[in-house]
Amino acid sequence: MSVGQIFREFLMIGATSFGGVVPYLRDNLVTKRQWVDDKEFVEMLSISQSLPGLNATNMAILVGEKLRGALGSVAAILGIGLPGAVIMAIVGIFYRQHGDHPWATAGLKGVAAAAVGLILFTVVQLSKKSLATRFDFVFMALTVIAVNRLHQSVPRTLIGVGIMAVLFHHPRRAEKGGPRL
Amino acid sequence: MNQIPVLIRVFAFLSLLTVGGGMAAFPEMKVLTVDVHKWLTFPQLIHLYSVGQLAPGPNMMMIVPIGEWAGGFLGAVSTLFAFFGPTAVLAFIVARLWKRLEKWPWRRSIEQGLAPVSIGLLLAGCFTMAKGAVTGLETATIAVGVLLILLQYKVNPALLVVGGGILGILSFLPK
Repeated sequence: MSVGQIFREFLMIGATSFGGVVPYLRDNLVTKRQWVDDKEFVEMLSISQSLPGLNATNMAILVGEKLRGALGSVAAILGIGLPGAVIMAIVGIFYRQHGDHPWATAGLKGVAAAAVGLILFTVVQLSKKSLATRFDFVFMALTVIAVNRLHQSVPRTLIGVGIMAVLFHHPRRAEKGGPRL
Repeated sequence: MNQIPVLIRVFAFLSLLTVGGGMAAFPEMKVLTVDVHKWLTFPQLIHLYSVGQLAPGPNMMMIVPIGEWAGGFLGAVSTLFAFFGPTAVLAFIVARLWKRLEKWPWRRSIEQGLAPVSIGLLLAGCFTMAKGAVTGLETATIAVGVLLILLQYKVNPALLVVGGGILGILSFLPK
């Protein structure tokens, strides 16, 4: 496929993926276009999750690279990001002008509370999928305590607890098992 | 004062913290954009993040209005590139090295070790946001309601966010 086709496909995903990008990526790239197979998709998703960056944009880079190298990656990330960026730019302008309207403040309170529920759900889902041992829950709790209670910065926590957890899962232990991400 | 270099620095830094999802960077984003640089208020940050969940595509496009308010059109574009550029380059490098990394024994250790930390960061971001967003019985009910519905049924999360907005209007609109 051409770079233009990659851009158009990701632009469509970027414009229609309401409520989370991953299912739309799978539907379009695996099922409809068959640009990547299911096993590859799962592997790419697991890389996307361990790297910094959003799943959506990391997946765009990985799939784009696989299809057409550097140009493919650029086309994919521009495509997937463009619609949302334009929409949010417009939303931002409206919000600045009308955000203090009583209807808006009331509605936004509800929207924000719902977003908290949504993040909690993501936490539960990811925990079910990737927390294998009791120690993983300890590392998770340490991270939360460091940021919210001890007011450590996110990078310091990420490096500190991250190194501990990676060393804990050193290759000999990782080999023994535990479900893959 | 020209905010563009500052915007680039702040969002390039935040970009590297988004391990496991955009929410992981939220506590640091609050400190830098609200407390340090005062580009917006904490409620505004929460509102933008939450409304951003309704937009399609990558769910952190709420950074665009922050950049726009602080530095106009150029601010928005710089913020966008600063926030997505560094991680995009990193993902690209990893994609290239992938075949070799497959045999590297520490790869699984990193995946397994970073999983609990990234989930913890997500939860920490969620708590930071909840401090501003869950302020009473009504908002707590909406948050828990959304969680329970998603655990029980396969619903598009965007619809629940819209539902939360409608409940918000019904419960908070001054009579």
